[in-house]
Amino acid sequence: MKKLFAKHNNWFFKVGLILTVCMVGIVIIGQFWTPYDPNAMDAAAKAQGPSLKHLLGTDYFGRDIFSRILEGAGATLLIAFFVVLLGAGMGTLIGALTGYFGGVVDEILMRICDALTAFPSVLLALIALAILGPGRLNVIGVLALVFIPSFARIVRAEFSRIKKLNYVSLAKLQGVGHLRIMLRHILPNTLPVLLPAISIGFNNAVLAEASMSFLGVGVSASEVSLGRMLSDSQNYILRGMPWYAIFVGLTIALLILGFSLLGEGLQQED
Amino acid sequence: MKKTICLLLAALMLFACACGKQETGAEARKKANEICVGIAQDLSSSLSPYQLATAGTREVMFNVFEGLYKSDSAGDFKPALATGHTVSADGLTYTFAIRENVKFHNGAVMTPADVVYSFETCAANSVDSAIKGVLANVESVKAEGNNVVIRLAAPNSDFLAYVSSVYISPAAYTDQDTKPVGTGPFCFESRTVQDSIVIRCFADYWGPKARLTRITFKIFENATALVTALDAGSVDLVAHMTSDQVSGLKSDYKVLEGTMNLVQALYLNNAVEPLNNVKVRQALCYAVDVDEMLKLTADGHGSKLGSSIYPSFAKYFDASLINAYPHDVEKAKSLLAEAGYPNGFDLVITVPSNYTPHVNTGMVLAEQLKKAGINASVQEVEWNTWLTDVYQGRKFQATVSGFDASTLTANALLGRFESTSKKNMCGYASETFDKYMQEANATTDDARRTELFKVAAKCLSDDAANVYLQDLADFVAIRSTLSGYNFYPFYVMDLSTVTY
Repeated sequence: MKKLFAKHNNWFFKVGLILTVCMVGIVIIGQFWTPYDPNAMDAAAKAQGPSLKHLLGTDYFGRDIFSRILEGAGATLLIAFFVVLLGAGMGTLIGALTGYFGGVVDEILMRICDALTAFPSVLLALIALAILGPGRLNVIGVLALVFIPSFARIVRAEFSRIKKLNYVSLAKLQGVGHLRIMLRHILPNTLPVLLPAISIGFNNAVLAEASMSFLGVGVSASEVSLGRMLSDSQNYILRGMPWYAIFVGLTIALLILGFSLLGEGLQQED
Repeated sequence: MKKTICLLLAALMLFACACGKQETGAEARKKANEICVGIAQDLSSSLSPYQLATAGTREVMFNVFEGLYKSDSAGDFKPALATGHTVSADGLTYTFAIRENVKFHNGAVMTPADVVYSFETCAANSVDSAIKGVLANVESVKAEGNNVVIRLAAPNSDFLAYVSSVYISPAAYTDQDTKPVGTGPFCFESRTVQDSIVIRCFADYWGPKARLTRITFKIFENATALVTALDAGSVDLVAHMTSDQVSGLKSDYKVLEGTMNLVQALYLNNAVEPLNNVKVRQALCYAVDVDEMLKLTADGHGSKLGSSIYPSFAKYFDASLINAYPHDVEKAKSLLAEAGYPNGFDLVITVPSNYTPHVNTGMVLAEQLKKAGINASVQEVEWNTWLTDVYQGRKFQATVSGFDASTLTANALLGRFESTSKKNMCGYASETFDKYMQEANATTDDARRTELFKVAAKCLSDDAANVYLQDLADFVAIRSTLSGYNFYPFYVMDLSTVTY
């Protein structure tokens, strides 16, 4: 960790880290405690502006927007986390195998990846979700699948570059096994490229979930997520409730900004 | 300085002109005793009385066409082009005495031959399958002197309701598609496709004449444009608005509140566990707080129901059923415990995603049910999926939806709950209910029939077949100087009584 800091001692990295830690920290607290039950409706406190009682106001059902943003951001982050975990995991595995061994399997898998990337990813996810129906698990599965090719390509490129370097050839000559070479000798050297990719991927996952839910194919109606809330709030922008959309949009923007700065910082070596 | 003043004056004059012009628009209409009505869609391509395909077309042409009988705003059928009718003891022969000296809009006098022609044309060409189905059951329509005698193959206690939907058209008149001719209080004047339809007062109308001289129906296919037109004062009357749309209207309009004429309910699949248990269904009824739901979803607007009849259908509506299941969470819990679900159960409420009122209602109900220990969740599905899976496939636990009455008959609302009905989406099966319905349909005495339908509606409430919620509010924005607008228990806009 210290090394990471020393290596990326730039402002992008610092600001990004602070922003991300703050946002994620608040969201984690929100998983254990929220000022109100995020789903509790209150006919007496409908569509109220920000006040001391309701920090960010209430929505059309009298639900506390702050509590819902905490809950919703948690759901969005959780989805993004699993999407990146699965997408990056599978992508790295495929990229490592194809980049290291090459051959026919490499050709086939990379052409499949080409086909997947040739298709607009959001459109692909939309179609898949329209068929599968809404719900958290479906969103995670579909987005992870869409995210695999980008990771696979990056890792494959790195593996096929590094495997030709002298130290790898030497290791081979010494009789080191393929698995050990891949895990010990090549994988750590892909990190400078892989880490920013993961941070950007996380960003894209947050945005993708928000877009899917905004378009009504993401999480189901009884689940809370930032995209879902943004979609609800748009109806109330012109009916005297602009704060709803502003606060939700701001939360998404801050989350994305944090991760973007972090990714930018990771790419710049002081 | 001079220049600035000049500019300011010029601007002021322009402003005054703009205001003045707008005022004269509304003022001129008032002086000419005319109004402009904003409608949300163009009418069907054919205006023939038997080709009125959409509800929006029927709503406008209700002012132009009439049948032998006509529904009043309470839902009672009153003699119109007939002066009365008699039914034979076996319920098979209807004899209508035709009103004399009724003139069509083209000046021709209506004869029993026109009535026979209309029934035959309607039976052959009508776009309404329900009317066509009933008329297929007619053995003969004959003119006898000044009477028209209709013989049925089997008795049909709702026959009068269908008779009122058979509009009378002059025989041998072939221009009905483009220049419709009827006997109503207004006659058709002109139509500009995609823009407007104009009707004017018919001076030779047989009944009380329309109060307005001319009505222009202006088409606004965009909801925002319609509201803007209201703000600008270029329309005088707009129906079917939402509570959001009318909330910001200017003071020169008043807002009348009617109802959509729908039975909105949490429809339950009576055929699946645990909803096949009457105690569980009753628990759901007690757990739901309809008043709170109305406050949350529609600022408190909407009429509570109690059974599958909506209030504007006054003849069959039983107001005592509204409070059959007052909000009582404790009672709901104890009923659940009695039914063997002390810890509640999982309930998925499927809602059609294109109907925002139903989705919102579903979300509020889910929260209310949670308070009684029922783990309810809302699942949105696309309208076509809802139709195939929920409505036809009956693969659901609960759904929020609204059913309307295609004709003004109790059967249109209650018939779907007969155990043999194909439309019985809820799988409700009650021998008692079936018995009352069969008895009612076999009875020709109107009072007795009404009583039996009411008892049948009470069965649905007693068995808690569904959690009955509301008839959604329907708002009409009308210029404050206008009065006399009446709501009907079905989808029409009667403008004959509207006056300045």
